[in-house]
Amino acid sequence: MSKPRKQIHLAAHFPGVNNTTVWSDPAAGSHIEFSSFAHFARTAERAKFDFLFLAEGLRLREQGGKIYDLDVVGRPDTFTVLSALAAVTEHLGLTGTINSTFNEPYEVARQFASLDHLSDGRAAWNVVTSWDAFTGENFRRGGFLPKEERYSRAREFLATANELFDSWHGDEIAADQETGTFLRDAQAGAFVHRGQHFDIEGRFNVPRSPQGRPVIFQAGDSEEGREFAAAGADAIFSRYATLKEGQAFYADVKGRLARHGRTPDQLLILPAATFVLGDTDAEAEELAREVRRQQVSGATALKHLEFVWNRDLSAYDPDGPLPDIDPDLGEHTLARGRAQVRMYRDPLATAREWRELAAANKWSIRDLVIETGSRQAFVGSAATVADTIDAFVQADASDGFILVPHITPGGLDVFADTVVPLLQERGVFRTEYEGTTLRDHLGLAQPPSGAAAAGSAAGDARAAS
Amino acid sequence: MSTAPSAPPSPEPDSSLRLAVALDGAGWHPAAWREPVARPRDLLTAGYWTDLVTEAERGLLDFVTIEDALGLQSSHFTEPDGRTDQVRGRLDAVLIAARVAPLTSRIGLLPTVVVTHTEPFHISKAIATLDYVSTGRAGVRVQVSARRNEAAHFGRRTLPSFRPEDLESPAVQELTLDLFDEAADYVEAVRRLWDSWEDDAEIRDVATGRFVDRDKLHYIDFESRHFSVKGPSITPRPPQGQPPVGALAHGTVTGAPFRLLGRSADLGFVTPHDTGQARATVAAVRAEQEAAGRAGEPLRLFADLVVFLDDDPAAAAARKERLDGLAGYPYTSDARIFTGTASQLADLLQEFGEAGLTGFRLRPAVAGHDLPAITRGLVPELQHRGVFRQAYEADTLRGLLGLQRPAGRYATDGALAGAATAAAADAVATA
Ligand SMILES: Cc1cc2nc3c(=O)[nH]c(=O)nc-3n(C[C@H](O)[C@H](O)[C@H](O)COP(=O)(O)O)c2cc1C
Repeated sequence: MSKPRKQIHLAAHFPGVNNTTVWSDPAAGSHIEFSSFAHFARTAERAKFDFLFLAEGLRLREQGGKIYDLDVVGRPDTFTVLSALAAVTEHLGLTGTINSTFNEPYEVARQFASLDHLSDGRAAWNVVTSWDAFTGENFRRGGFLPKEERYSRAREFLATANELFDSWHGDEIAADQETGTFLRDAQAGAFVHRGQHFDIEGRFNVPRSPQGRPVIFQAGDSEEGREFAAAGADAIFSRYATLKEGQAFYADVKGRLARHGRTPDQLLILPAATFVLGDTDAEAEELAREVRRQQVSGATALKHLEFVWNRDLSAYDPDGPLPDIDPDLGEHTLARGRAQVRMYRDPLATAREWRELAAANKWSIRDLVIETGSRQAFVGSAATVADTIDAFVQADASDGFILVPHITPGGLDVFADTVVPLLQERGVFRTEYEGTTLRDHLGLAQPPSGAAAAGSAAGDARAAS
Repeated sequence: MSTAPSAPPSPEPDSSLRLAVALDGAGWHPAAWREPVARPRDLLTAGYWTDLVTEAERGLLDFVTIEDALGLQSSHFTEPDGRTDQVRGRLDAVLIAARVAPLTSRIGLLPTVVVTHTEPFHISKAIATLDYVSTGRAGVRVQVSARRNEAAHFGRRTLPSFRPEDLESPAVQELTLDLFDEAADYVEAVRRLWDSWEDDAEIRDVATGRFVDRDKLHYIDFESRHFSVKGPSITPRPPQGQPPVGALAHGTVTGAPFRLLGRSADLGFVTPHDTGQARATVAAVRAEQEAAGRAGEPLRLFADLVVFLDDDPAAAAARKERLDGLAGYPYTSDARIFTGTASQLADLLQEFGEAGLTGFRLRPAVAGHDLPAITRGLVPELQHRGVFRQAYEADTLRGLLGLQRPAGRYATDGALAGAATAAAADAVATA
């Protein structure tokens, strides 16, 4: 008994602040000028992608007390650039990563509802939860949030935002010029939220937007992050783009949905994925090796090792052997403002493993970082990559991918021109947009409004408490 | 220091008149939405705003401002009013400006931001990004909020309840001073964040593998009573370096709004009702500017006027009366309300202009009627009189306003302008 073939969801992640983005390539353009964003968005829309994705970081990263200078530094404000992109695209969803710790629900809800209006229903919010005092130093309240509370605030933040989105049902604006009735309901937008993190009340001032609420993404990977997603997100942005890891994550997260009264099709799993394309598989492999050397310079390799060693390793030769001293197990503050740091939970074990690997393969520091850290998800000819992506989705390793090219802004062009037509030929990817909103593209139901929404908002509030 | 000089101490370099419009919903009259041209069901659409701003651009206006607030509109001074017969609900002004930016090419875009409940870090990067998406046409109009109901939307502070007649009570005066001081600190933090990247910080030095020269990125380390911001910004220095900052200011007992202009603004919106008041207002703001140590710096002053424009003066007055009837009360405003013809308005603007004003920010009473009356009636009239441009002569907002692009205050290779800005900044910080 064979399952029907799943339709693939594809999204475009604007290359950004990480060492995936190769800025030294002569083809690399600006990562900040609007023309780059417009080119990237238009390519994604030409390829009929579901949406464009923007990551966020609210403090420039540091290592060893100095601003990290080897990767792309600098990015625009998420809401502002997405709203401008709504002017140069027609169908493409616009997904912004916005932190629940260094914002307030009234303001964020207003911005997303505005974006949804101004894009005719294409807004999505990737809710992230950075809590650290390092980032907090840029905000009024400073680093006020204990780490344990970041998801409790995130849950209540999202529930509160939903209450605000639902405070207008959609039929309040009469705008009857004859009778002079603008609002049918004198209480439109009224809300009261009393909770642990937010104690607010008043009137929300953006009437209900085309999608009712923006589509909700979540990107956390911890137990709490997965539960948060299972309880209330429409999609997960995950880091597992290999078959086995992807399947494990997929099974785990989809398995959590029933407990929250939800069905597996109510939460899409979309890993971040890099790719390198060539005319042949061999050519793509060769190109991929070159890209990895551009992504990991000697200096970058040493910095990467410092995440594990938690020590200044600048005296080491990146083309020489790994350090024989052990990692510093003290408080991990050498590298600040980046997510990878937390990946190495047992630095001693990681160091031992890496030394053994390097010795066995005769790898230098740079070789080791390239070999262990930066393999692209999909490498091959367009046919191979189309096959692999389709196979992964059909095997429930994901519902699609959020593709991160390594060149700004033209890195997506070749994918659009070569892989997308093959997926379309197979009948697993749309040839035309069928609906107008991002919810339409993702096959998600419109959230209930009116009386039904009042019930679900109460449900969200319970989940938050 | 003379407080009422007959000529302004820093005459504007350019005699030609500058013109802006203030956009708000269907227009500034509370019954504007009931006019047949008003499109009241479109007020939350991109198309509506694009049409207004492209119309303003067709008229070669310097810039548009977009009104905003963190609460529902109200006919009451400080409290919600529960009315259902006026426009209620609006979109975020920064997002509207960004949505319109790629569809226009010359006109300046100044969204309103409320500085009382928001984060300087977020607003700084939002306006810098607006400057990128508009390629150098962004500005911002900062506004404080003393409304208790808006504070309750954030739950971080409580503000007292007061009525217009309490404005001069000591408690309300203290509140006003505090909110405006906070606004000045806010603007200072925003400006430092814009300067926190030197213009040439991005080096892409393949030889050393460095994307940026981190010595050209600066912590701003701004501390004030209400907040502190470490910096640098996550967004590189915007195309204009410093997008112009504007604020609306009335002459109050505390003097706080004029002081904000003097300390922090590039553009001031003021509300004189006659030439005498205009002169006094200009003098008062210039005095504040001098007190803040910014006497030599450009501060462009625009007088606000609400306008009802028709071919026949009686028609304009009748239109106001008819709308007042629909609203159920005579419309009043902080700004002077003008009814009449384009030619009469041109006379008035020229008369006011002699008081040392840079230009005017007109508030169309009915956007769908009075905006085209400005762009197609008033503008040709002013052009005919030789006091308004025939074509855009610059492609940035600073360029249009005759403002130089300032060097960053942290710039290491010693441009004099940079040093002057830094000195002024210190003066502001210690004021
Ligand atoms: C694929 C992926 C992408 C992420 N992108 C961002 C981002 O752009 N900005 C951010 O602040 N956090 C980002 N995060 C961090 C998460 O939101 C979350 O704060 C972090 O993973 C720690 O949460 P956890 O312990 O649940 O994993 C991302 C995480 C993942 C897995």
